[in-house]
Order: sequence, then structure tokens, then C-alpha cells
Amino acid sequence: MGKTLRREVGAEEIATPPYLRIQRLTKRFGAFTALDDISLEIAEGEFVCFLGPSGCGKTTLLRSIAGLDVQTVGRIEQGGRDISALPATKRDFGIVFQSYALFPNLTVTRNVAYGLDNTRARRADVVKRVRELLDMMGLVEHAAKYPAQLSGGQQQRVALARALATSPGLLLLDEPLSALDAKVRVYLRHEIKQLQRRLGVTTIMVTHDQEEALTMADRIVVMNQGAIEQIGTPLEIYRSPASAFVADFIGVMNFVAGSVVRDGALRLGQTELSCEVDGLAPGTPVTLAIRPEDILVQDARSGQANVVRVRVDALAFLGSFFRADIVADAMDGVLLRADLSVDLVRRLSIAEKSELAARLPPERIRIYPGDAIHR
Amino acid sequence: MRAFIGVIGLYLVVALALPLGLMLGKSLQGSRDEFVGLANYIRYFSTPALFQSIGNSLWIAILSTAITVPAAFAYAYALTRTRMPLRGLFKTTALVPILVPSLLPGLALVYLFGNQGLIKGLLLGHGIYGPIGIVMAEAFTTFPHALLIILAALALADARLYEAAVALRASPARIFWTVTLPGARYGLISATFVVFTTVITDFGAPKVIGGQYNVLATDVYKQVIGQQNFQMGAVVSVILLIPAILAFVVDRAVRRRQVALLSARAVPYEPTPTRGLDLAMLAYCTVIGMAILSIVAVSQFAALVKFFPYNLTLTWAHYDFDTKGGGGWASYSNSIRLALLTGAVGTVIVFAGAYLVEKARGFALGRALFHFLAMLPMAVPGLVLGLAYIFFFNAPANPLNVLYRTMTILVVNTVVHFYTVGHLTALTALRQMDPEFETVSASLKQPFYRTFWRVTVPVCLPSTLDIAIYMFVNAMTTVSGVVFIYGPTTELASISVLNMDDTGEIASAAAMAMMIFYTNVAARGLHLILARWLEHRTQAWRRR
Repeated sequence: MGKTLRREVGAEEIATPPYLRIQRLTKRFGAFTALDDISLEIAEGEFVCFLGPSGCGKTTLLRSIAGLDVQTVGRIEQGGRDISALPATKRDFGIVFQSYALFPNLTVTRNVAYGLDNTRARRADVVKRVRELLDMMGLVEHAAKYPAQLSGGQQQRVALARALATSPGLLLLDEPLSALDAKVRVYLRHEIKQLQRRLGVTTIMVTHDQEEALTMADRIVVMNQGAIEQIGTPLEIYRSPASAFVADFIGVMNFVAGSVVRDGALRLGQTELSCEVDGLAPGTPVTLAIRPEDILVQDARSGQANVVRVRVDALAFLGSFFRADIVADAMDGVLLRADLSVDLVRRLSIAEKSELAARLPPERIRIYPGDAIHR
Repeated sequence: MRAFIGVIGLYLVVALALPLGLMLGKSLQGSRDEFVGLANYIRYFSTPALFQSIGNSLWIAILSTAITVPAAFAYAYALTRTRMPLRGLFKTTALVPILVPSLLPGLALVYLFGNQGLIKGLLLGHGIYGPIGIVMAEAFTTFPHALLIILAALALADARLYEAAVALRASPARIFWTVTLPGARYGLISATFVVFTTVITDFGAPKVIGGQYNVLATDVYKQVIGQQNFQMGAVVSVILLIPAILAFVVDRAVRRRQVALLSARAVPYEPTPTRGLDLAMLAYCTVIGMAILSIVAVSQFAALVKFFPYNLTLTWAHYDFDTKGGGGWASYSNSIRLALLTGAVGTVIVFAGAYLVEKARGFALGRALFHFLAMLPMAVPGLVLGLAYIFFFNAPANPLNVLYRTMTILVVNTVVHFYTVGHLTALTALRQMDPEFETVSASLKQPFYRTFWRVTVPVCLPSTLDIAIYMFVNAMTTVSGVVFIYGPTTELASISVLNMDDTGEIASAAAMAMMIFYTNVAARGLHLILARWLEHRTQAWRRR
């Protein structure tokens, strides 16, 4: 059906329609609004991450797409078909949970074959398909084992194989990696991403781990308190966070309170910095945001634009770089975190109490109206 | 799924809610079924011979609880917190009373302390018939129930708390009062309520050894069987329900609080050998264990000799049940039939019901109502349920009255009577399963019953076996639930014990009670073998 549809649309020369279209979705549990007017489109073959703190509604959104939590209002279309009112059994998806939910009393083979058994497929075909999946997942030698006899990473792959067995159009992953050791997690990130790209299956993964989202997703949907804060590629989300929440949630961010002086200039304490002010009127209180790696520490030579004198308050060695807590007296003694390369620290003999200069490049500064510092 | 909930819910409504409701109504009616308001209650409270039983019942229950709970705590402490030898044997011994009808300790106490009793001198001139006998019998009956609850509470010990206490140089006594006892407090409270409720609602012990000492449970029996005064029977039943329901509500509230007590990171406590304590506990447990075994041994011995304790010639005469009043050997086979049917039917109903309550989505009101009905039997004494059955199933207008005095109604009654424990066992097993099994199945386009059959049932098999054996054992020993509703062709072994005791055939009564005991021991043994075999055959996945 998906193919015919695309051919029709192609004939009309319109851009490919989204595979999944969510329109004005709201979900309430009693007085609590878990999802607040969510609209979202996902293209076929895309890998999208729902990212946010716990309780932000990301899992509820995933469950709504699966038909497990029915939305209060709103519409969901999958492959051009309205699935809003369909029960989970009538929708087309495979799902992997954080707990994997592998059937403990069935072997790996039987777990993977679970969804194939009643599709009226011939037994030989089922056996072949299971074999194929186990092969793909590198699980062939574990075929006869029970879930309890497998490692966490192996169980995870069995769950994935089971979800993919019926070749669903949509793969849903609910925090699939968070129960695993750090090392296995990093390895599986890569493996899942590779697999997804190879199969081209449209995938949605829920996670609270920003690193996971940044490394795996084609696009990230950042959520907070039941609403979408920002949708974008990992680089967009990281480089241009649309709100102070996103800026704070993704990566490490310095926030400094200040106000607009005029177009193109901000005042922070006694210092004036030039940067884009997004048309805000002079006098508007704003919050400046800049990432630690974007603060350029150099010799205490002044004169350049956006350079402030700073003193190193503390220096922490983090392996491949140093993270310095620097204090700018000319900015009301605000504390900033700056990442310094090992080489730079050696070259400038930076230590605690060193006096330096720090440049805040205008193009790296983002500002948010109001007092957005919530710490 | 809603339809399934409806079917099993209907069972609980017909077999529990409607009879109980009808009984409440009966307590407000006169002898010609006319409405008389609280007249029956007023008459009850203005008849000293009747309302004195409330005080008697409370006194017996408080005394039994005050003796049994500390005794069981010390026993449980010995089993879990010392390295006393033979702990497994002592545990098994303490569980023996579960396997016998509550009439048996009464019979044995008559042999030991009765007018011709072997050691009646120990009572210093007091008679065994009355409160002393009842309390001794109740202590025997309730001991294992209290023990199991406290054992569970003491088993949940976090070794790190003990290490912290030792590191802070607390004395053993201080550790006991500040760590051990608080850790077990919910178990102790729970055991207290269970013992109290069991005693206040028990009918067997006061019937056999209560003499002229009236308690609420025997009053119900006398009003109904002796005086055919059903309305007054209903009044006493309602009064009997009050403490039972109160205790039940408090107990549930307490148990709910216990959940968060032990964190997942706790380190299990391993007792270290302490010679003095271990020996003292060994002596204590030996005394308790011998007391329990002597009750059973005396019953068996008396059943095998001509006239205990005067003529100790061995004889099978007391086993000639068919000539001894009661229901004869037929009652024994009736009991086996009832126990097998209750075990099979009850397990299916209970497990299916628990599954629906736990796994169904939405329909919250229906599920909550169902759960309430499933929990209710715990608070309803067997006699009260039995009397309610008379009112409901014996009513000429009720089309179900064809069931009256049949085996079917005994099964229906017994399943309901012991529903709650099975329900909780099944719920516990179901809650240990991943809640997403059903979701995964839905995503794989599998109907819920397929997952139920292929995953839920196999995983829960050990628990369903536990439910079955629990139902079987209780169906063998129960008296109170069925004493009002058995018929001439459906008399049970436990009822025969009661009736033979009534006609003075105490040795035969003891013999039959011991038949029940052996049957239950055999059933337990079979259960153990079956469980082992099943574990080997179908639970391979549990091994790592």
C-alpha cells in the first residue's frame, strides 16, 4: 500500500509525504496533562530520538504511537492511514522495552519466532526467517538457550530480533540501552544504528541519555513537561538550542544574566559584549549562554572584541582535556566553565589562580529573554 | 477480557456477596421473614447468656494471641537467626498443625488432661474443659500460621544494619531491640491479627473442649443446629463478622506499609554460631516441637488401643467408622473428592481471576470491585459463610436450590472460603512477571490468551501448584464452612470427627482426624514430588 501511495504522490511531484504524522496530540491522566498538543512528522527510514528528563512525556508519546496509551484528542497517521483509533494489535510496529520483556520460559529461537507462529506461514519459512534474524544479530550459537542464560547485551539483541521478525514498518525502542553496562551500551549504540540504516526501518527511540540521542539519531525531539521544546538534527540541537531548557539539558552550558544595551550589544556586570540580540529592545533582561568549549582562553592580552580578564579558580583534569572554573571580576564575579586543551594548559602554564583572558566569540553566544537560570 | 472478568465476578457474587447480603437481611427479620428492624439485636443484648459470649470470645482470642505470637517469634528467631542444629526438622514439625482439623487438638487434650487424662495433674485441679483447653488447642492450631508470617519478616534482614550496629559498639541486647525487633514489627503485627481472627472465628476447638464455656462461634452453631433459630444465628454471625473484618482491614493496611522496608541493595544476614544461644534455642524448640508432636501422637495412639489409657491392647475397632455414627468410611472418600475438586476447580478459578485483575486494561471499577470480592473471604468466618449459604441456597424461590446438600455446593463454598490466600499467591506470581509481556504480544499481533497459555501459565506453574495444595489441604480439614450445608450423602471426614465426638466415640473421632492428617501428609509429599518433577521438566529456564 505504501508503494502505490508513493507512486501517486510522485506523479503529482510533491515532496515525499511523512511516514508518521502526529497532529495536535494531547493525553491527559485525570487532571495531569502528559502530552500537550504535540505535532510531529517523521519521514520513512528516519531514526528519531525522543529526548527529555523523566516525566517529560516521551514514553507516553511512544505508547500513544503504539496504541498502548490512547490519546485524549489528536490524530496519528502511519503510512497515510489514520491509526488514531486502532488498538495495538491492529497497528504496524515492533517494540523493544528497557526490560526487554523476553519470555523467560521460551528459548531464544521461540522468542524470536513468537510473532511468526500464527501468520499462517509455512513452518520451513518460519525456521528460515528465524535463522536469518539470529544470523544477523550474531546469536546463532545461543539459539537453544533461555533468556536467563544470556548476558544483558545478548538479551537486548534477542528482543530486537523478536521485534524485527515480522518486518514491521515502525520500530519503537523504549530506553533500550539503559539497563546495560556503559561499555556494552556504547557498542550497541553503534550496532543498532548500523542495523537500522541497513534495514531502513523507520525508528523511534525514547531516551533520557543525551549522548545516546546525539550519536544515534537523525533527528532529535527534545521534550519537556509534555510539550516539544525543539526538533532538529543533533548538530542543530547542540549548536542552536531553541530554548534555555534545551541549552541546559543538552551538553554543558554556561548561563550569565545580563541585559540588552542596544542592537548588537549586551551588558553583563561592568562588561559589554557584542552579539546578536534577536531584535530585543534595549533594557530587556536576558540570559547569555555559551558552551565551555566555545570560550577561548588565551594570554592575558586584552584589546580584542569580547575579551574579558579572568582568573582560574579550579582546574579539573578530565583525561583528554581540562575543565577550568574561571571567574570574571568584570562580570560581577560570575563563574564560567571553560574547556582547555591539555596542550594549551601546558603551553601557558595554567594553574589555579592564573590570570588569563577569555574570548567569548559573538557567533557562539546565544541569548534567551528573561532570567532563564534555574539553578 | 471483560466478559471473562464478568463470569468469574459473577461466581464471587453468587457464591459470596449475595449469600452474605441475604444473611445481613435475615438478622433484621422475624421468624416469619417479616422485617423487625433491630429487634433481634435488642433481644441478643438483653440476654446475658448470649452476649456474655462476646467477652468470652475476646478473652480467649487475646489470651491465645498473647501466648502464640511471642512463642512463634522465639521459634522463628531460632530458625532464622541462630545456627541451632536441625532447623529444617524443627520447621517441618511446627507446620504439622496445618495438616489437621482444628478438632484434633481438642480430642488429644481430652486424652491428656481430661477427667481420665494421662497428665491431668499438671493442671493443678483445674478442668481442661473451658478456657484452658480452648486456649491450648488454639495455640496449637494457630502456631504455624503465626510462625510462617514471622519467619517471612525475619528472613528479610539486612546484614548491613547489623554491621553498622556492631561498628557503633551496640550490645547484642541493644541490637535486638533496635534492629531485629523493629525489622520484624510488621510481621509481628500481622501475625497478631491473623491469630486473633483465627481464634475468634474458630469453631472446632471450643466445640470439642469448650464444655459449658460459650463463645460466639459455638453460639452460631447452637442457635442454628440446636434451636433452629436462624435469625439469632444470623445476629451472632454479624457480631462475629465485626472483629474479623476489623482485624482484616488493619492487617491489610499494615502489610501495605511493609513493602518499602527492604531495599534491593540489602545484603542478606547470615547468623554466626553462638554456643549458649544456640543451645538454649535448641532446648526451647525441642519443648515446642515435642508438644506439637505429642498432640498428634496421642491421637494416633488412642485411636489404636482399646481404651486409652486403661486398656492399651492394640485394636482396629475404632476404624470401623461405619458403625460409629458420623458418615462412616464414605465420608472419608467424600472428603477426598471434595479436596480434589476444590484443588482443581479452585485453582483454575482463582488463577484466572487474579490474571484478569492484574492484566486487564481499563475497566478499573470492575477490577477494583472484583479484587474487593476476592479479598473478602479472608474476613468471613466459615460458619458465617455456611449460614449465609443456608439462607441463600435453601430458599425455595432460588433456582440454585437444587445444589443444596450436593457435592457441588460444598465445592463452591470451599473454593470461596479459601479464595483470598490463593488469590494473593497468584497475584504475587503474576506481579513478578514483566508487565510488558502483553504489550510485546500485542505488537506481534498475538491474542492475549495465546500469551496466557504459552508464557503466563508455564511461568506461574509452581504457584498454581501451591494454590492447589493449599485448597486441597484446607478442603480436607475444614469444618466450619461446610457444617451447615453437607447432606446425608455428602458428609465429610472432618464433619464425621465432629459427629463421632458428639456421640462419645472419641477414639474413632481421633482415628478419622488422623486419617485426614495422613491424607494431607501424602498430598504434600505428592505435591513435593510433582513440583520437583515439573521443575525438572518445564522450569529448565530458571537455571542459569
